[in-house]
Amino acid sequence: MRKYKFNPIILTVSGVVSPFIMLFGLYVVFHGHYSPGGGFQGGTLLAASLLLIRLAAGFDIAQLQFKRILGTPLGSIGVLVYFGTGFLAMISGGEFLDYGFLPFAGLTGAGLRSLGILMVEIGVGLAVMAILVAIYDDLLEGYPND
Amino acid sequence: MKIVNWILFLSFGALLIHASMGLPNRGDAGAVMFRERSPAGSPGASSYYIRNAYRDAETPNMVTVILADYRSYDTLGEETVIMTAGLICFLLLRKKRNDRDEKKALKAGKDAQI
Repeated sequence: MRKYKFNPIILTVSGVVSPFIMLFGLYVVFHGHYSPGGGFQGGTLLAASLLLIRLAAGFDIAQLQFKRILGTPLGSIGVLVYFGTGFLAMISGGEFLDYGFLPFAGLTGAGLRSLGILMVEIGVGLAVMAILVAIYDDLLEGYPND
Repeated sequence: MKIVNWILFLSFGALLIHASMGLPNRGDAGAVMFRERSPAGSPGASSYYIRNAYRDAETPNMVTVILADYRSYDTLGEETVIMTAGLICFLLLRKKRNDRDEKKALKAGKDAQI
């Protein structure tokens, strides 16, 4: 592995570009109902924005943005959000993952299903983002100055 | 050797292009996969999805409805696979590197003692 070398041009450019990639990733996650996209694609974009900072600023400075120990727990939380949505529907009388039975007032069956799809996509996006960053961090384990 | 590679590459590309000629047009509602019944005679689900996706979930994107609502068990499984891959990377890589570093540290310590 090559040692990390400080380069102001790369750091500045990635610092400017990374928030826009993150914003686009959020757009892809939340706009999956109306356009191509969804949790998997949006999560990958969010992970790309985090990994760009990791590559440009080095592993140690990037810890300020997203800590290394956060990766695997956040991935598990994403899976739990998905599972919890299905379980919530099961508790309130339906079958597992039957979003029509989610306990939210003021919505009809189809609207509840739309909301359930959104919750599930958020869980998928969170899990994909966290796991991709965690895999990168695990590959860097033992080379702290890269 | 390079010529053989190029011949293989080009013939594989020609094979793929030839195979894509047999695919139905995009959005062709009369294609085989959208029929009410499959060629074997069992009822097909795809025509139901196309007709009722918006009515069931109020979501204009049919693919999202199929992915997250009709086939949500499948997506739950995919997400679990991703999480399992991450956990396996965590376990495998962390263990290996630690062992190697410990051995190196032991060796360096012995050298220093000598």
